[in-house]
Parts: sequence; C-alpha cells; structure tokens
Amino acid sequence: MEILWAREEPATARDVSRALADRDLAHTTVMTVLDRLAKKDFLVRERSGRAWAYRPAESREGYVAELMLGALALSGDRDAALAHFARSVSGDEAAALRRVLENLE
Amino acid sequence: MTAWAALALIALATVPAAGLLAKARWTWRTPRAGIVLWQALGLAWGLATIGALVGFALEPLGRGVLHGLFLLPDDGSLLSLPRQLVLLAGMAFAGSLIGSLLLSGFRVLRARARHRALLRLIADRGMRADALVLDHPQAAAYCVPGVRSKIVISKGTLELLDDGELEAVLAHELAHARERHDLVLLPFTSLPRIGLVARILDSVALLIEMRADDRALRHRSPKELAKALLRFATAPSASAPSCALAVAHEGSAVMARVQRLLNPAPRPLLARSAALLTSVLLVLTPLALWSFH
Repeated sequence: MEILWAREEPATARDVSRALADRDLAHTTVMTVLDRLAKKDFLVRERSGRAWAYRPAESREGYVAELMLGALALSGDRDAALAHFARSVSGDEAAALRRVLENLE
Repeated sequence: MTAWAALALIALATVPAAGLLAKARWTWRTPRAGIVLWQALGLAWGLATIGALVGFALEPLGRGVLHGLFLLPDDGSLLSLPRQLVLLAGMAFAGSLIGSLLLSGFRVLRARARHRALLRLIADRGMRADALVLDHPQAAAYCVPGVRSKIVISKGTLELLDDGELEAVLAHELAHARERHDLVLLPFTSLPRIGLVARILDSVALLIEMRADDRALRHRSPKELAKALLRFATAPSASAPSCALAVAHEGSAVMARVQRLLNPAPRPLLARSAALLTSVLLVLTPLALWSFH
C-alpha cells in the first residue's frame, strides 16, 4: 500500500514486486495481497494489457480523516460503536471545564 | 390475578421506572450496579411485554405462555380472531426486537471490520507497545472492541497529555475493552433513538464511562485522569455546528465525571445490594410468569 501511495500512476503486481524486491516476497503473495485489498475496495484496479494495474482508492490522509471522523463521532455514524475517551466541548461549558483544569494545576 | 395481567403490569411499570433511573444520581457512585440494573430493566420490559401479549392471546388454552406456545400447532384454531391478532402482535414485537438486535450487531461488525482493515493499513504499530497511533493533530483516544480489542490514539493526544495522563487514558480504554462495554450498550443502541430511549442511552453510556474511570483508578491517580478528561474536552476541535446539541450535553457529562473523580463519595453498599437484588428479581419474575398458569 505504501508503494502505491508513493507512486503517482497505477502499478501492476509486477511493479509492486519489483519495488519490494528487498523483502524477498513471492510474486504470487504480492498478487494475492493486491487482490484482497482490491476486493475490500481499498484499491481500484483497471486492465493494463494482460495484467491488472492498481491504484489506491483514497489517499492516506483521506483514510486517516475517515478514522478520525469516526473517532471524534462527528460523522454521525455510531455503527462502529467505538468507546471514546471524551468528546470535545465548546462555549460556556468549555470555559467552565478550563477553570476546573486551571485549579488542578 | 392472571399471569398475563401481572406481566402487563410489569411491562407498564418498567417505563416510569426507566424514567426515574435515567434521572437517578446514586448510580454514579456505583456505576456497575447501575449498569446491571439497566440491563435487567430492559430485559424485564421485553420479556413482560411479549409475555403479556402472548399470555392474553393464549389464555383460553389455560396453560400459560410457555406451554401454550407448545400447544399452539394443535389447538390454535380454538382461539378467537381478536386473540389471534394479539398473538400475532406479540410475535411481531418479539421478532422486531430480536431482528433489530441482530441487524445492529451485524452493522457494528461490518463497520468495525472496515475500521480494523484501515487501521492495519495506516496506523503506526511501532510507536507504542500498548496502542496504535494515528498520524493526526487532533486529540482522539478510543477502543475498537472485539475479541482482540485495539486501543487507538492520535498524535494530537500524545502532544496534549503528559505521561501519567496518557497512562490514565489508556487504562480507561483498556477497561472498556476488558469488560466489553460495547456489548452492554448494543441492546440499547438497537432501539430507535427517540424520547425516553435516547435518554436511557445517554444514561447507560455515562455509567459505562464512569465504570471505566473507576477501573482506570486502579492504575493511575484520580487527578491525572481528571486532568486528562479536562484537557480532552477543552482541546480545540473542528466539530461541526450541527452536532452542537450532542456537544452541549457532553459538557455536563464530562463535568460529572470530573467532579466524582475529584470529590469521591463513599460507595453506597446498601443501594448497591438492593440494585443487584432488584435486577435478579426483574429478570426472574417475568420468566416465572411465563411458565405459570
């Protein structure tokens, strides 16, 4: 995934294998991983000659933003039912909380 | 009094009881007993409502709810049309409760599977041994519950808190993961979030946070946890105005948690025992009435 994020254009399994040459991975392993990521919709693939060319469906920052939206419960989607530590507060209530914090320090 | 009438009374009584419990403050001093009581009350409501409807419908068979259901294939034709309709309503009610529980359970699993897959792709595993780290300036700390729960914090959190406060936050999240608080909340989130149900959900969610706070205190001081809470709640965020209502409510919840950390009250042992005993009775009574005839 890192390699695909770093590249500008779509990459084939062969390209990714070559970039990962130092990791000593079998070509079929790379193909399987790419295939699985594509099935989960994290990669988009298109025909490039006889092989598939893959590119990320979303930028790395996009995915971080998606997770953070869920984490801050701003997305309105509580489906993941994550347990948050606390959500942020604004206005008068934040001022009251800030005063308590100052007294503690 | 017939069994179905007693069940109907219980079903009706659970509604004002839930209203009272949502307003209760003694539960804050013993959150775990409060959580157990909420679960028992919810279960009693469901069991009593189903039992009252089915029990009324099957009254002519004279065998109570449970036996009556077994006789239904043979003797169902003996029931009058109104009773058959009530029976249908009871079955539909039971079906929709179980159906919505399964549906929301399924949704949660699917959303979590995606969340975990994304975490595997982008979270930093090497930075800390006890948590995954997300590269984002805003503060966030949460737990993705599951068989192998994951605790996630953002880089913003690492900058916001000192070491002791961070440990307190992690201990709090670990408590959620260990006690599977997501499962405690699931039945309540599967109901439509309106009116009393919404208030109940808020109340149970707050008790769960308080319970996790209590467990975190086994590892860190109340002051560290309180400071972490206050820093989190007052950290700048990009929260949209549309969720102002939820946020306005959140402030008093954070304040309540901070106050009980800084001014701990003694555990109400009597209230706690009474709550646990009531919980047992709340579940056993409808079950007994189901088999009674």
